[in-house]
Amino acid sequence: MSAKVVDALKATFGAAILENHAHCGDDTVVVEASKWLEVATFLKNDPAMKFDMLSDLCAVDYPDRLPRFEVVIHLYSISLGHRIRVKARVGDEEGDGAEIATVTELWPGANWFERETYDMNGIVFQGHPDLRRILLYPEFEGFPLRKDYPAARTQPLVAYRTEAEAGLPLEKLAPFREDEGMAFGRRELPTSEPS
Amino acid sequence: MGEVNRSIVLEGNETGFATTKFDSLLNWARKYSLFQYPFITACCGMEFMSLAGPRFDIARFGAEAPRFSPRQSDLLWVVGTISQRQAPALRRIYEQMMEPKWVLAFGTCASCGGFYDNYATVPGIDKIIPTDVYIPGCPPRPEAVIDGLLLLQDKIARGDRTPGIVKPREDVATLGNVNGLVKLEKKSSSKKAER
Repeated sequence: MSAKVVDALKATFGAAILENHAHCGDDTVVVEASKWLEVATFLKNDPAMKFDMLSDLCAVDYPDRLPRFEVVIHLYSISLGHRIRVKARVGDEEGDGAEIATVTELWPGANWFERETYDMNGIVFQGHPDLRRILLYPEFEGFPLRKDYPAARTQPLVAYRTEAEAGLPLEKLAPFREDEGMAFGRRELPTSEPS
Repeated sequence: MGEVNRSIVLEGNETGFATTKFDSLLNWARKYSLFQYPFITACCGMEFMSLAGPRFDIARFGAEAPRFSPRQSDLLWVVGTISQRQAPALRRIYEQMMEPKWVLAFGTCASCGGFYDNYATVPGIDKIIPTDVYIPGCPPRPEAVIDGLLLLQDKIARGDRTPGIVKPREDVATLGNVNGLVKLEKKSSSKKAER
């Protein structure tokens, strides 16, 4: 359905379009991270593209790949009725250098999406007007949706009551066994100190 | 009214008096005039609304009047998931309440965190504040909540502050069924056989 969009992108950006595929009629292009803003500007402003709505912006962590993260935007054109998914790959093994240009100038709605993506995955959006945590608290260390964040690590803001204070056992049975749930994060369970 | 020693029926112009302990009288008055502070954060709130509405009507137990200031209330209903970021607010609201005060954990999330075994959620409000009654269920049925309220009233009357858990009721629909499951049958099954 959006094959025209993919063709136009290939014609305009050539080698900067790394790959593309379509799944169930949804077209996806993977672009060079350095061309992120240029591609977005083209998709927003070109009269044949007119992607005037940003449906979603998020990131995915693939710990075994390099670059490690994929930043994903989903675009929809209200006037032309087509949609496209654009991805860019950033970040090294440690998650450093996960930086990409902001698209807040093009779609103001990207502001909070990018803050959330920063909050959860630690992607830094260069040029963002107000890049700070949106859901978690400023004291939080690390980025919880990165696959190397231990699944059982919590960072309480209020120190937990001790069992002596409460006078009864406070430990609950874990809802998942060792072999269930998010195995990648449960290999080690570091004890965290309340901040 | 078992705590106010016993009831005496007076006939005609007779007058009389009853004796009781001051604490028993006070607790009897307290248990039927619980002013609630609803701290509602999640889907359990829907069930709470049902409970407060005319069908289940907690006004029957003298616990219907909500006070949206913790300073005027003596029963804190914690209804729903408490995130780590919310924990300081909950703690502060509890501290602002006047003595005597009680806390009721409504639903599995408030009781133990439920299946939210992750970075974002407090694994049970008893990690932060003392809790008097736990009501399991996801969400609990209003009947279970009424059981919890009666349990709390009983504890208030006895002056007992040990935490209590509402026991599950047996569903009348499942009584007499070996598997404990309700059988659903279509009316038209006999017609099908004719074909």
